[in-house]
Amino acid sequence: MTTEADTPVGRRLRSIKHIIIVCSGKGGVGKSSVSTQLALSLRASSPTARVGILDVDLTGPSIPRMLGLDGHPVHQSSDGWVPVYADGSEARLSCMSVGFLLKRKEDSVVWRGPKKNAMIRQFLSDVRWGDLDYLVIDTPPGTSDEHLSLIEHMAPVHDRISAVIVTTPQAVALLDAMKCLSFTRVTALPVLGLIENMSGYVCPCCGEISNVFSTGGGEEMARRESLTFLGSLPVDTELVTLLDAAEAERPDESAELPEGGSKRSFDLLERYQKTPTAPLFKNIVDKILEQLTLSGASR
Amino acid sequence: MIAVQQAAPTPDPLSVPANAPEHCPGTESELAGKADACAGCANQEVCASGQARGPDPALPLVRARMASVKRKILVLSGKGGVGKSTFTAQLGWAFAADEQLQTGIMDVDICGPSIPTILGIASEQVHASSSGWSPVYVQDNLGVMSVGFMLPSSKDAIMWRGPKKNGLISQFLKDVDWGDLDYLVIDTPPGTSDEHLSIVQYLKESGIDGAVVITTPQEVALQDVRREIDFCRKVGIRVLGLVENMSGFVCPNCKNESQIFKPSTGGGRRLAQVMNVEFLGAVPLDPRIGKSADYGVSFLDEYPDSPASMAYLDIIHKIKEILGDA
Ligand SMILES: Nc1ncnc2c1ncn2[C@@H]1O[C@H](COP(=O)(O)OP(=O)(O)O)[C@@H](O)[C@H]1O
Ligand SMILES: Nc1ncnc2c1ncn2[C@@H]1O[C@H](COP(=O)(O)OP(=O)(O)O)[C@@H](O)[C@H]1O
Ligand code: SF4
Ligand code: SF4
Ligand SMILES: [Mg+2]
Ligand SMILES: [Mg+2]
Repeated sequence: MTTEADTPVGRRLRSIKHIIIVCSGKGGVGKSSVSTQLALSLRASSPTARVGILDVDLTGPSIPRMLGLDGHPVHQSSDGWVPVYADGSEARLSCMSVGFLLKRKEDSVVWRGPKKNAMIRQFLSDVRWGDLDYLVIDTPPGTSDEHLSLIEHMAPVHDRISAVIVTTPQAVALLDAMKCLSFTRVTALPVLGLIENMSGYVCPCCGEISNVFSTGGGEEMARRESLTFLGSLPVDTELVTLLDAAEAERPDESAELPEGGSKRSFDLLERYQKTPTAPLFKNIVDKILEQLTLSGASR
Repeated sequence: MIAVQQAAPTPDPLSVPANAPEHCPGTESELAGKADACAGCANQEVCASGQARGPDPALPLVRARMASVKRKILVLSGKGGVGKSTFTAQLGWAFAADEQLQTGIMDVDICGPSIPTILGIASEQVHASSSGWSPVYVQDNLGVMSVGFMLPSSKDAIMWRGPKKNGLISQFLKDVDWGDLDYLVIDTPPGTSDEHLSIVQYLKESGIDGAVVITTPQEVALQDVRREIDFCRKVGIRVLGLVENMSGFVCPNCKNESQIFKPSTGGGRRLAQVMNVEFLGAVPLDPRIGKSADYGVSFLDEYPDSPASMAYLDIIHKIKEILGDA
């Protein structure tokens, strides 16, 4: 007898407590940076928290770069694909992305829907995450194959999935955020809340806040749609540089690392915590954790 | 050991039909119609019969419609939010500033159509006539087609998988009554997937004049743009050049310039050099561009003397030169 939970995906994801999908509708609003920050902050939220991050932006994977893991290979074990650990031997932050499977990083992944669907199924069923407290899933823009496939394949664990919506303050971004919200409603995906990213810019010279992309639209949308407003994050140039992994490459380091981990990413967390955004993001994570407890209680 | 599981050689992306299953070997492959993957595929008979690629019935219709379009230009970027739609709109407005020219804008970003908002025609609807769907006109010589005109509410998500998106794109190309056009500018979604493959497949015979690739200065955007240029090469589209958008922020108060998206790996200029494509120019970050887009007014008309307008016009002039239209 096979129950619904008894699919390969259901079996694999059984050992994961919470699955958080980061989505937006619009591209470039900061889904991947929010996913990265969310994963780092969740990992830092307790000394034992184990976090995974799955990048299903198949044609534009950003997570490897943002975690400083560009060019790491993925290993196959008898029990599936071993994720790449961003924190080396501590192994509390694991990551999987199509970016790890490309021969050269500038190779394009030119795939139509069916192939994307198969890749996502494989990511969900074949990655050896082990026990995780949180799995953060970074998505591409839009509401199409990747999103539908995610929801479809994760049906056996639907009660553990929820979404965070990211937007920027401009009308064109909010329009797509509405579409994303409508997607979550059609697919009965609980929304933990909305983040307004790139909201205002603190000038590095005089500290004045100027509205590079205006502000407030996200908060307004959250109120109108009765969503939890998780917070706004200003434009942070240090964050851009950090996530670009712009530090001089230190190639010798990877040699001393076990299991494809990267020492630099340890620094990554430390350096991240020094950015102006980190304390703001901590408030966001606190709210997310609160929401997760609430929804857990109501189940 | 690297777990890249590639059983068969990668098929030519252009020879995989939109409705083919995951492991389709490509209609031009020796295995077409005979591979394991072909079992159950709707095209199996045609493929197996060896008359490779039973031509898509839409193709002759697209060709007929596109015969009256002189130039077809794609606006691409692997990355989202870099300003593709904004650039497409400026390009359309700039072409249409010449009353002698007829310009069309086609928005194939089906899940996130921004063009109607940016052009200030978000509440318009498409009308059907005997000669096909009529575009929505921003002005006499600037027609626009977008899925945004077809939705009952802008709030609805279009939750379509690939084949449905491809169907709509083929309709946009064969059923829209563009009339005679000097320029058709095509705005695309981010990535390298169904929409991109379809547009290239459908326009292969009619010919695409080239693609303008948009990036922002930071590495996270550049890496996707490298992939997009790689895609253009794979499918044989000429890259007209690269535009770096949002490069530098000029404060409206003191005119001081700061870098919001720092070109940590050399920005668009360096990328253009490395990938051997033309660098068309850099457009600064200007909050008024975002505002104009949100209000649906032409930034070029509103702020003609701004550095960003100059940059846009300079880039557009270069594009015309490269096309031999200057
Ligand atoms: N708060 C912020 N301030 C400044 N830049 C940001 C901020 N959030 C994201 N970015 C930058 O914007 C770019 C796009 O963000 P990204 O996370 O890649 O968006 P998406 O995944 O939605 O396409 C990246 O270079 C990122 O570093
Ligand atoms: N040079 C610029 N300065 C400021 N804002 C810009 C600039 N170019 C684009 N924008 C804004 O950035 C957002 C993303 O642009 P858009 O054209 O929608 O990108 P894409 O089509 O690539 O997703 C829009 O709100 C747009 O108004
Ligand atoms: S006016 Fe102030 S905010 Fe603007 S650039 Fe000068 S120092 Fe920065
Ligand atoms: S039958 Fe043709 S289209 Fe279908 S999978 Fe085989 S080769 Fe591809
Ligand atoms: Mg992303
Ligand atoms: Mg767009």
